[in-house]
Amino acid sequence: MINTIWLILILGSVAVGLLSLNLNSVANSVVTSASEAFKIALGLTGVMCLWLGIMKIAEKSGLVERFSLLISPILKYVFPEIPKGHPAFSSISMNFIANMLGLNNAATPLGIKAMHDLQSLNENKETASNSMCMFLALNTSSLQLIPAGAIALLAAGGSTNPTAITFPTLIATAASTLAAFFAVRLLCRMRRFKD
Amino acid sequence: MSEISATISSALFLLILGGIPLYGYLKGVKVYEAFVEGAKEGFETAVTIIPYLVAILVAVGMFRASGSIDYVASLIPDSLKAYGLTPEIITIGLIRPLSGSASLGVLGETISTYGANSYQAMLGAVIIGCSETTFYVAAVYFGAVSIAKMRYAIPAGLIADAVGFIAAVIVCSFFFAY
Repeated sequence: MINTIWLILILGSVAVGLLSLNLNSVANSVVTSASEAFKIALGLTGVMCLWLGIMKIAEKSGLVERFSLLISPILKYVFPEIPKGHPAFSSISMNFIANMLGLNNAATPLGIKAMHDLQSLNENKETASNSMCMFLALNTSSLQLIPAGAIALLAAGGSTNPTAITFPTLIATAASTLAAFFAVRLLCRMRRFKD
Repeated sequence: MSEISATISSALFLLILGGIPLYGYLKGVKVYEAFVEGAKEGFETAVTIIPYLVAILVAVGMFRASGSIDYVASLIPDSLKAYGLTPEIITIGLIRPLSGSASLGVLGETISTYGANSYQAMLGAVIIGCSETTFYVAAVYFGAVSIAKMRYAIPAGLIADAVGFIAAVIVCSFFFAY
């Protein structure tokens, strides 16, 4: 799937760039994006170290285990393949909490920690497990309770009531998150996605 | 309101950041040593992500630069514009899974074109608020564990984005006057 999407994005861009005589900007974007990718990874390193350090303290103090046991009855319906009390429950729920609060600097490192925990349960290390797909889909569906970025833009543009979008956004977010959940449950049964 | 929520977020952030080491200390963990031990994995993980991020961001960057999104958005029939589905809104919907900063950029343009109190600005803001940068998140999260075979993760994420878009259009037609 990703192979097809990736190729279409690249070849489609070249084709459209050619037809619209826009080849220069397409070519320039390649180098810009590649170095931007490195900058993002580099920018992530500091907070990544910070949260992995904090999580190591939480792990050694037994906090991760206690939190996982506490949260696993709730999350086991969403992630039935994770055994009870596994540390993955802890990192997944911490990522969810950080996402809901809009703490992006914490959400990404904690999400990566969750992926590492899920990888430890994964039988085929090169292929995404069902739990990983569920975790990713829920993350890409947005879990944020207050759309701070969009509110800030509206406020900067002179909106008289920028926070009016909070409740409508919450409903739409709930819809997209439910859609992610059911999409994963349906797609994981399809034969073409077996491996 | 947005200032209060930012303060609450900061307070919770600092509570977690201070609370965990305090709990560890009380439980007899050598907190500084444990922190450094965990933090060492941070650099390695960040480096692991780079190839995946380059692959995704280059493809997305080319797609944006080619003007393909504007072309698709211009194909929208006039009849849909009655629901506030102007080319800008379609562009936000199409670009949202690909690039977070670009979708905020289009929202900024929409606000300056139609005004911050316009229906289009509100709808665009709700669309952005209810979805995430699917391709970026997939590259970072799967890249961190060196997984290239994502199976149905991207389709599921895109279905969620599409449902979020439709839900935003419906919800906004109830809450805001067009």
